[in-house]
Amino acid sequence: MAVSVDEAVSTGPARDHTPPARRLGGRGRSVLEIALLTLLAVVMLFPVLWMIETSIKENRDVYAIPAKFFDFTVTLEHYKDVFVAPGGGRSALSVAFLNSVVVAGVSTLLATVLGVPAAWAYSRFAVKAKKDQLFFILSTRFMPPVVVVVPIFLMYRQVGLIDSKLGLILIYAAFNVPFTIWMMKGFVDEVPAEYEDAAMLDGYTRLQAFRLFTLPLLVPGIAATAVFALIFSWNEFVFATFLTSSDDVRTAPPAIAGLIGGTTTDWGLVAAASVVFALPVLVFAYLVRKHLIAGVTLGAVRR
Amino acid sequence: MSDSVPLTTDQPGQVASATPPVPGRSRRLSDRGLAVAFISPALLLLLAMSVFPLLWALYLSFTDYSATRGGPANFIGFGNYTAILTSAQVHTRALTTLIYVVGAVGLQTVLGFGIAYLISRRTHGRGVLTTLFLVPMMLSPVVVGLFWRFMLDAQFGVVNSMLGSLGVGQVEWLTRQRTALISLIVVDTWQWTPFIMLIALAGLTAVPKYLYEAASIDRASEWFRFRTITLPLVWPLLLIAVLFRAIEAFRLFDLVYILTNGGPGVSTETLSFHIYKVAFLGFNTGTASAYGILMVLVVIVLTQLYLRYLNKLKEG
Repeated sequence: MAVSVDEAVSTGPARDHTPPARRLGGRGRSVLEIALLTLLAVVMLFPVLWMIETSIKENRDVYAIPAKFFDFTVTLEHYKDVFVAPGGGRSALSVAFLNSVVVAGVSTLLATVLGVPAAWAYSRFAVKAKKDQLFFILSTRFMPPVVVVVPIFLMYRQVGLIDSKLGLILIYAAFNVPFTIWMMKGFVDEVPAEYEDAAMLDGYTRLQAFRLFTLPLLVPGIAATAVFALIFSWNEFVFATFLTSSDDVRTAPPAIAGLIGGTTTDWGLVAAASVVFALPVLVFAYLVRKHLIAGVTLGAVRR
Repeated sequence: MSDSVPLTTDQPGQVASATPPVPGRSRRLSDRGLAVAFISPALLLLLAMSVFPLLWALYLSFTDYSATRGGPANFIGFGNYTAILTSAQVHTRALTTLIYVVGAVGLQTVLGFGIAYLISRRTHGRGVLTTLFLVPMMLSPVVVGLFWRFMLDAQFGVVNSMLGSLGVGQVEWLTRQRTALISLIVVDTWQWTPFIMLIALAGLTAVPKYLYEAASIDRASEWFRFRTITLPLVWPLLLIAVLFRAIEAFRLFDLVYILTNGGPGVSTETLSFHIYKVAFLGFNTGTASAYGILMVLVVIVLTQLYLRYLNKLKEG
């Protein structure tokens, strides 16, 4: 008797891939799980919401004790301060944002231009010690930035790249090339080599076959890879803070971090600057959500 | 590489109808040339920006060079290395780093896998839930560090404010020796739990449904199913994620720099942060280089482990 009931209960829900609950009742357990998930989601998202809330609060509400969750006056003053200097004109932060756009953009372009052909070559040709080369390339990406920054600092001082956008662009490109190669190799592997072979039978050279047949198919992959490289460069802090110092070179992360230097900190401004800084990343990350696993593991894990 | 070319050739057929050019030289030779031409620029950049600096650091690590004092670098053999490896200071930092890495990565793994497991059991709203949970991971460590610093402020921080309304007293999160390290672990866990979750979720959703169905026909208990089906199948992928996080946590610098600046005292000084202090505040470039090389050795060992498991996963 008990057996037949049990079987009736457990095979049913298994079909619509909710693993069957135990005898104490699937409904109660399901509710408990949803409640737990909601709680976790609230805890994970609260800091982000609090940041957005702080960015639109008036200063006296920002420092209110106890903290005000709902009854505060909304102001966009902090957002204005992010872009406009107190006396009018461009603020230092807005310059930093522009620098970030330039540095992240150009370094991503460079990493893509260098990385995509290399990835294609690694995917298509029998390169000597290919696996070792690829592993070596990825392991350069794992070097602790703080360790690398000391000799880079000395090197840049020698060649006059300290406190220059070009210096940052080069080091970011070097940090993104391993990622680009690993990520793109995955995409190239997915394009059958037979396309190129067929084109070459038609008389095209290998290079033409790559340019005319494979490259167009790689465009979505290149876009996703570039977006990740863009995010990495955009968020980078260690090199930016140690290799640059002047306002017209500094990128946004050290500029935002610099807001807390003094005796008092305008947390409303920090929050607004952080929101402005984080928003493009979240939008971009959403665009490449399909490739997120490959992206965050530097192209190593693909599902 | 000309970017305009693909735009004109969306359809292969269109190109194929164009007159095929005359076949080039020996195909073998040009393949090799092409491979070299395509790979070497990327490798050159890596050699110039990653390998050369490391070699320079290796050279400096055997000298007493100081970037500010200038002057010639005197060769002092393994002096820097013995000084570091026997320094009690460094041992403290190593212990702090170990506690931090084990604590943070451990918490992330448990929480991340837990959340992934809960999400994988839902049939509706998986996409939305996953997206929401992933937000912290995409933020810059600067934003994360600054914002938590504000939230954990002893006076006007929202965390203490909430604790206060629950009747719990004020906690000096970032200004007490013991709580500061805990705060660091908590913040890192907040940011990187989504990473483990994301990868665990990929593993969990890849487990074939029929295995569960077969198990439920056999009336296997929930725990038994978890232990014998879910865990063994997800474990290899989870291990990759854990190792990856361990490497990242080991070399972490920016969060410490922003959240606690190593303090109070030296309670949150990780190895990375200590290198920064030796190099940029103490100006002992030689010592810092030796320190850095030792850290790189650890990273290389961890990376080898990571890549080996990765290889196994790909082949398996």
